[in-house]
Order: sequence, then structure tokens, then C-alpha cells
Amino acid sequence: MEEGEEVKLLGAWMSPFVNRVKWVLKLKGIRYEYLEQDLVNKSPLLLTSNPVYKRVPVLIHNGKPISESLFIIEYLDDTWKNNPILPQDPYQRAKARFWANFIEEKFSQVMRKVLSLEGEKQKKEVENANEALEILEGELKGKKFFGGDQTIGLVDIVLGVLPTWIGVIEEVACVKVFDPIKYPSLAKWMEDFLELPVIKESLPDKDKLLAYVHKIRIYMLTLAATK
Amino acid sequence: MADEVILLGFWSSPFAMRVKIALAEKGVEYEYREENRFDKSPLLLEMNPVKKQIPVLIHNGKPICESTIIVQYIDEVWKNESPLLPSDPHERAQARFWSDFVDTKIYWLGRQVWLSIGEDLEAAKVELIRCFKLLERELGDKPYFGGETFGFVDVSLIPFSNWFYGYEQWGDLSMEAECPKLVDWAHRCRKKESVSQSIPDQQKIYEFLTEIRKKHSSK
Repeated sequence: MEEGEEVKLLGAWMSPFVNRVKWVLKLKGIRYEYLEQDLVNKSPLLLTSNPVYKRVPVLIHNGKPISESLFIIEYLDDTWKNNPILPQDPYQRAKARFWANFIEEKFSQVMRKVLSLEGEKQKKEVENANEALEILEGELKGKKFFGGDQTIGLVDIVLGVLPTWIGVIEEVACVKVFDPIKYPSLAKWMEDFLELPVIKESLPDKDKLLAYVHKIRIYMLTLAATK
Repeated sequence: MADEVILLGFWSSPFAMRVKIALAEKGVEYEYREENRFDKSPLLLEMNPVKKQIPVLIHNGKPICESTIIVQYIDEVWKNESPLLPSDPHERAQARFWSDFVDTKIYWLGRQVWLSIGEDLEAAKVELIRCFKLLERELGDKPYFGGETFGFVDVSLIPFSNWFYGYEQWGDLSMEAECPKLVDWAHRCRKKESVSQSIPDQQKIYEFLTEIRKKHSSK
């Protein structure tokens, strides 16, 4: 990092979106100041840096804010050229963006619903999650990481929500989503992913996360019941 | 070797329009193939097996899917003509942010206004107007979201100007009264050849969408 570069990350310890950005910052060796945010009583800094969505993560580089994890990651990749997260070739970049999008839409958002629902509705979302996993298993087959055999890329980073959150959601929502026998390539991928020093060093405390997610589920179920 | 570029689309899809506009901006010759949503072609199913939806750009046999991803691809491949994304990384991040805002907010809220009635419609309408005003603020006094030149956010949003008349009719609102700058911006964009040749007649879109609205609300 050059002299005079100031990088701040507004985050929250439990956010998988913030985690993604931390991983990229680490992979690129970028020094930054981390500012933990209170998501209930939001700081003026957060509200002025992300006035549209008022949420984390927000990266502030030399005073200029960038919001939304995927755009922050592309910004970091555009600005710090070492250890590229996206491929150089336009077609491969388009594929990486496609899969990142797919994971967000068809897996991450679906897992949020699994957490907030019960009964038949939850069952349907578990099926949806499995459809996505099947497709991802097919896309990964034969490779160590989605980014290639040596390094992780954008798709691995976005799918990082799987190894870090799936166990927690399954335990709290009392449901089984991921079967390693059905998805052997993804199961291996999860092991390899969690072994990477960059990832290993920055996982949230599991017990703390369990307690937090448990509270979230109760809140969401109560909300659904009062509608 | 000449490039082979094929676009699979649907005439009323704002997402397909984005790609047409981007290709026109770059002066790329391509073959357009109209898809039937209820009877998808083998080519579409082969090229987009995951989502099975248009638009799909097929460049020398290789498929690229999702409209904003396709537009970025076009910008990266035909980089010497009319750049759509800014060269500055921070401005580029902002352009991606606002384009995503169009997808996340304008499309979905507009869809709710289009297909709902009563309280649901009112709630969507209020939120839609709030989001349009945010876009207006982002536009400011610039001729385009891209600044002096037509850019990525302009490409993303302009197809939805076809829906303005619909929002007004279904939602009982006036775009001119709520967001005059945005209405001006839309007129300015529609004068560009790349836009006018890629966007069908507003009335035709309105009639098509209204037919679907009638069928939807009679369920």
C-alpha cells in the first residue's frame, strides 16, 4: 500500500458480506482500519457513507465510500492489481460474475429464507437450496477451487458463505441442507477452503455466531407470525 | 476472422434492450433472434441451461448471460468504441452500484405497480417514486448518469422509460410532476440512435403490459 493511502472498512462481526471483503483485503495484503458497526444504532459515518441501503460492508478509500460487497471486491481488484480475484479474460470474467450472481440469488438468499421459515415453506426453500447446490457441484467438478487449481477467485469467495454458515443455519433452523455424499466435490472444496490461512484466520467465533443466529431466527419467526 | 455475434431476446424485455443498446453504441453487427417465452428454443436452453432466460449473447459460439454482465462484457471486448463504464475505479464502482439499484429497486417495484392493486400497489408506488427521486439526485445536473457521455447506468435504466406511461396509468401518478429531471433525461437518451433503434414504441409496450395486468388481476 502506498504512503498516504487510507482504507477503512465499516463492518459487523457476523456479516458474511463483510467477511468476503476482509478475505480480499487480506489476499491483496492491503492494510486497513476496521470499524465495527452497531447495526441497531447506526453511526453517522455509516449513514452518510451508505445512505441508500444504510448497511455494511462499506469500504472507505481516501475518504470515498464504496458499498455492496461485490462492488467493493471489484473495486479492490481494479485498484490493487496483485493477486487478482477476477480473471483477466473478458469471457472468464463474465462467467465469474454470472456464478457469483447465481450464488447470491439462488443460494444465499434461499438460505436466509430457510432460516426464517418453518414447516412446508421451509421444506420448499431447502429443496431450492439443493437445486442450486446440484448445479454448483456440476460447475465445480474436477477443480480444486472455482478460481482454478491454485488460487481462489470471486466465485470461491462468494460461496464462502457455504462453509462458514451452513452448519450454523442447519443447527438453528433444525434442518439438514447439505449432504456431503450428494455433493462430494463441494464437500472437498469446503475442506480446502477452510484450510486456507486467509480464511482460517478470520472466521467468526462459532458459539457466538450460533447464539446470534438463534436470536435472528426467533425474531424472524415472530415477525412472520404477527403478519 | 469476422466475429459472430448472436443475441437471443424478447421484444418487450428491458433486459434485452440494454444489450441491443450496448451493441449499437459499439457499432457491433449482430444477428437478433426473437425467443418465445412459452416455447424456448433448443439454442436458448443449451446456451443458458442454468437460468433458461434471455438475454443471452453468443459471441463466437460462447454464451454470456445476465444483462448487466453482458453489457460489461461488451464494454470490455469492444473497448475502443464509446466506453460505457468509467475508467476511474471509484466511478466504476458507483456505476455498478446504481445499475444494480435499477435492477433491485426500479424493476421489482415497477413490477409490483404493474401487477398489483389496492394497498400493495400504493405501497409499491410510494417506494418506486422514492427510488426514482434517489436516481434523480444521483443524476444531478449532468446530461447523463455517465456524465457528459451516455454510460452504463444510462443503458441500464433507459429501457424502463418505456414503463413510465404504464406507472402513470396503473399508479395514478405523474412522472413529470414527481421526477421532471428524469423525464428530461429519458427524452435526451431516446434521441440517441443507439437507443431509438433498440426500444420499441412506448404505446406498444404499454398495451402489451396492460393485457398481462388484466389477466393477472382476474386470477
